[in-house]
Parts: sequence; C-alpha cells; structure tokens
Amino acid sequence: MEKRIEVSGLTKKYGNFVAVDDLTLSIEKGEIFGLLGPNGAGKSTTILMLLGLTEVDSGHVEVCGIDATRYPLDVKRKVGYLPEDVGFYNDYSGLQNLMYIARLNNIPEEQAKRHALNILEEVGLLDAKDKKVGNYSRGMRQRLGLADVLIKEPEVIILDEPTLGLDPEGVRKFLELIVKLSRKKGITVLFSSHHLHQIQQVCDRVGIFVKGKLLAKGKISDLAEQLFSKNAFTIELGVTNKESNLSCSLEELANKINAIKGVGKVTLNKDHFLVESKHDVSGELSKLVVSLGYGLSYLTKKEYGLDDIYHQYFQE
Amino acid sequence: MNTIVNNISFSKLDKIKSLKLFNFEDFFKRRNPGNSSNSRIEVFKVMVKKEITDHIRNWRFIILFSIIALACLGTLFSTLSDSAKILTTSNSDSTFFFLNLFTKSNGTLPSFFVFVGFLGPLFGIGLGFDAISSEQNKGTLSRTMAQPIPRDYIINAKFLAGIIVVSVMLFALSFLVLGAGLVALGIPPTAEEFMRIVVYTILSIVYVSFWLNLSILFSTRFKQPATSALLGLAVWLFFTIFYPLIVNIIVKGFEPGKYAPQGKILLYQKLKFYLVQIMPNELFDQITSAILVPSIRSLGPLTMEQMQGAIPSTLSIGQSLLLVWPQVTGLLALTLLCFLFSYVIFMKREIRSRE
Repeated sequence: MEKRIEVSGLTKKYGNFVAVDDLTLSIEKGEIFGLLGPNGAGKSTTILMLLGLTEVDSGHVEVCGIDATRYPLDVKRKVGYLPEDVGFYNDYSGLQNLMYIARLNNIPEEQAKRHALNILEEVGLLDAKDKKVGNYSRGMRQRLGLADVLIKEPEVIILDEPTLGLDPEGVRKFLELIVKLSRKKGITVLFSSHHLHQIQQVCDRVGIFVKGKLLAKGKISDLAEQLFSKNAFTIELGVTNKESNLSCSLEELANKINAIKGVGKVTLNKDHFLVESKHDVSGELSKLVVSLGYGLSYLTKKEYGLDDIYHQYFQE
Repeated sequence: MNTIVNNISFSKLDKIKSLKLFNFEDFFKRRNPGNSSNSRIEVFKVMVKKEITDHIRNWRFIILFSIIALACLGTLFSTLSDSAKILTTSNSDSTFFFLNLFTKSNGTLPSFFVFVGFLGPLFGIGLGFDAISSEQNKGTLSRTMAQPIPRDYIINAKFLAGIIVVSVMLFALSFLVLGAGLVALGIPPTAEEFMRIVVYTILSIVYVSFWLNLSILFSTRFKQPATSALLGLAVWLFFTIFYPLIVNIIVKGFEPGKYAPQGKILLYQKLKFYLVQIMPNELFDQITSAILVPSIRSLGPLTMEQMQGAIPSTLSIGQSLLLVWPQVTGLLALTLLCFLFSYVIFMKREIRSRE
C-alpha cells in the first residue's frame, strides 16, 4: 500500500514543554485514521507540523511523498485541512467563501464555480449557497468547512475536531458524509477528536495520543490486546457452595481455574471470582465449576471497549 | 558582410546555449501563462482584490471617507467663494493660484491640507487596526493559511490593498479640488502647479500609509482589535498634542537670554527644530508646506549670513523637493520600519485557530 503520511521521530517543544514527543506514524492511502486524545495532547500541534505551519524541532514529516517542513506549499496543494473551529467571512455567501478558497488554489474562475456548485450539492448546502455564512447554523458551517477542504481535490484531508459543537444528529450526518466521500474518492483522512465513539464509528485505525506520545495504534480490536496484553477478557463468576459433596475448597477451585489455558489471573473474594484471561474462557469455566459440584449463581463477561481503553490510557 | 556578422552572432548564441550558461528554456517558460510564478501573482491579485472589496464595502471606510470628503469639499467651497478676492490681492507673476486652493482658506474652515493632515492618520488607523487580529479572531486566518500560498502574501495583500484604497481616495480628492477650481475659475493650472499637487498627493499617501502600517503592526501584535485601535489613536494623540508640549518644556530649559550670542540662539533654534523631526505629523507638515508653498526657502533656522544675497523669489519644484528630501526619507523610513516589524512578527508567529 502507498503511504500518504509518514512521520518519524517528530518532536516539538515549546520552551521546556514537550508538545509532541518522538512521534512515529504512517497512514496509508484511502485510510481513515483517527487521532484520539484528550485536549492538549498535542494533536493540533502534530497537524500543524504535518502542514508545515509550524516549525519542527526534530524528526521527519512526509505527506504525499513531500517533505512538509521544506516544501509546505506543495503539501498544502495536496492536503485539505479543516482547522478546529473554522471561521468564514460572515459577510460573504457560502458560495463566495468557497470561490475565494478555490481562487487561492489557482483554480480558474469558471471551473471553480462549477466545481463549487458540485461540492455544495454533495455536502447538502446547494439551497443555502447564496445565504450569508453569518446566518448559517453550526452544522452548516462544518459542512461548508468540508466543502472548503474538498474544493482543491485533495489527496489527503485532515480534520481537526470537526464535530465539536454539533448535535448528535449533526455529528452522525457529518461522519457519514466523511466516510462516503472518502470511500468514493479514495481520499486519505486524518481525523482528530477526543470523542472516542465518533472515532470508533468511522475510523479504520486509531492512534491514541496522550501528552505528546502515541501510546498505541492499530485497529480498535487490536488496541485492546495491545493494552490489556494478558487480560483482554474479564469474567465475573459467582458460585454457591451449599451442597455437601464438594470435592475441593474454594482455594483449590481458584487454582484449578488458574490452570485453564489462557487464564491470567484469578482473584477470589468470598465466593466471587474475578477471572482475567487472554480469550473467552466462560465455557470451560462453567464446566469446571459444575463438575466440581459447585453451583453457578452468575457469570458475566466483561469485554473491553474503546471506553475502557480510553480510560486506561488517560489515567496514565 | 551582414550575413557574416549574423552567422557569428548565431554561432555565439549556440555556444552559449551549449555551455548552458544561460538556461533558455527556463527563461522562456516563465513567460508562459499557467506557470507557477505567474499563477502566484494571479493568486496574490485575488487576495488584494478581496481586501479592496472588503475595505470599500466596510461601513467604517464609508463613514471615514465621507467625513474626509465632506470636510474637503467644505473648505473647497469656502475657498472658491472668495477666490476672486485672493486673485486680485495677489500679484499675478508669483501666484500659483491652484496651490492656494489647497493651502488657503477664508478663516471659517481650516484649509484642505490641514484636513488631510489631520484626518489622514485617522483614516490610516481605521483601515488597518484590525487587519490581522480580526482574521485571527474570526478563524479565517488559519483557513487561509491552509491554502497553498506563502504566508507573507496575507500581510502583503493587506498592506497593498490599504495603499491602493488610500491612493484612490487621495487622488480623487486632490483632483476633485483641482477640477472644481478649473470649472469655477476657468483658468487651467500650470504644469508646475499640477506637478506640485501630484507630488503632494503621493507624499500624503506615504503619510497615510505610515499610519496604516503602524495600525497593521498593532493588529499583528495584539489580539484585540480594540487594543490596537486605541493604541493607534494614542500614538496619534501623543504626537499631535503631548509630544509638542513635552518639547516645549524641554526647550524652555535651554532658552537663551535676550542678549545671548548668536551661536547660542542658533543652537537653541536647531534643538527646537530637531526635537520635532521625529514626529511623523511634523515631517508631513513640513513636506506639505514646502511643496504647496513654493516661496518657502528653508524649514530650519537660517542665519542672516545665509539669507544674504538671496533673491526673494519662489523655488522650482525640484528645489522644493530637495528641501524636504530629508523629511520624505524620514517618513518613508518610518513607514517601512512599521511594515518590517509587522512582517517579522507575523512571519514568526504560529497560527492556530482563534487563539
């Protein structure tokens, strides 16, 4: 696969504060990559460096095969960037705003107009094209922002917190639009957000970014393994031991559970077990308990979602 | 004979080509449309055009322009109403009647050049005080920066658009006064008068662009447009009101006695003269008076010796320009300095959205 964004050893410091610390990342063509991290993690700084908008202290950035620190203009020709909380000229209509950006990209007037109308239709703003942007709603502005990014026919689009301030329905529509356009045109998307559910919805791969460091990257299911390397599954187990024909004590039972393949850790608390394992062992577990003469009062599987991954990382 | 020469020159050309001392292809490529250097100019033009449109549509510009236009028209009519009187009182050989339209008034209203000198700074500050900061606050700056344009295009476009707007306005006003004089009196201006008026207008553009640049500098430095507007006005007030007061206080301390030697008096006068030379408005005042009043022969103090043998006549435009050349240079330097600082600040800054 062709690499669209390649970053290695990227570091940015503001005085003593390290905003981005030795970041290495590569994003392939046509991929939707989610950059997930809390506020102030260095996501925006990374994006600025990708576009050559801020100086890099050390490391190498390559976007579409172009060195972004040395040839920022060439990169910006190929990359559409939607800044966080983007602004428009409020006295101009949506179409005029779009046309201005098209002209800045040196698209000839007539071609720009045709193109702008097509894109406005695609993002569903054709009816509002002559309305002043000052009267647009938040959702419309974000969609206009997307149109703004698409007008230069980019190979890569970078969206910095694009869903901020949108209502849930607006977010859903916006995300659908991104996925649709990306798939249709084969555009690589870098999507930065602190909303894990949005990332989970649209992204092929995710990078978790905390305090300037990329802690983990990969598919969401893989991430769970990376993080909870021994115990991706947790089973809570309650047993009853009222019957007299017990072949072993609770402690022995715990040991036997521990002997099951894949089980990492067993915690016993009165008659509750907390079994952490690499894979799903609930079947073996219930069989074992019953065969030893215990009653099974309950068994719950806990699977780690992005929520838990998120919490786990952000606690660090 | 001719063909031989041609042959030689062609062969030389070929040699040069083969040596690749001079890259012909590159040289001619630049002239093709759609080439990158051409397209960059195209993009810059688009930006300047947009800035000019923004200025002209802006209420602030419309109001400032109408204030200046009304003030100038007011003085024009008051001057024209007693133009006949002026015509008769001044002797014909040294008049420069059209210059009087700019400098004289009948006392009810200040003259044209006073109005331009007074309102010009306000106009410059009004055009520039939110040039960069408002774009930053609206979040449009980071959006523009995401486009494939060099960063300095943004500030250069603002600067150039401001100058174009100011030039159009000042030329329009000057020519309006000139034209009104022409219609009302029926005599055309002499070539020298016309030249003087054009030079005066160009120099007043420099003066207004100094204030424009100063306010652009403040707008790059400060995030709040109100801060930069107030600061611009504060600088203007300082130079028009407070600085002359301070100079007066300083100069008072050096005032020589009535019977002091000539050298001391000259020194005192020189001190008085040089202390006000850093004021942009004083520089402009001196420039206008020398350009518009051809009989002014010196701006600083003159000794009696220097005056000896001088013919009491008017100066030619070249001599008048020579007289104010230091002032013109000073004003240009101040303007460029302001632009330089705002350029450097702007280029060094990291631009994030609305921060």
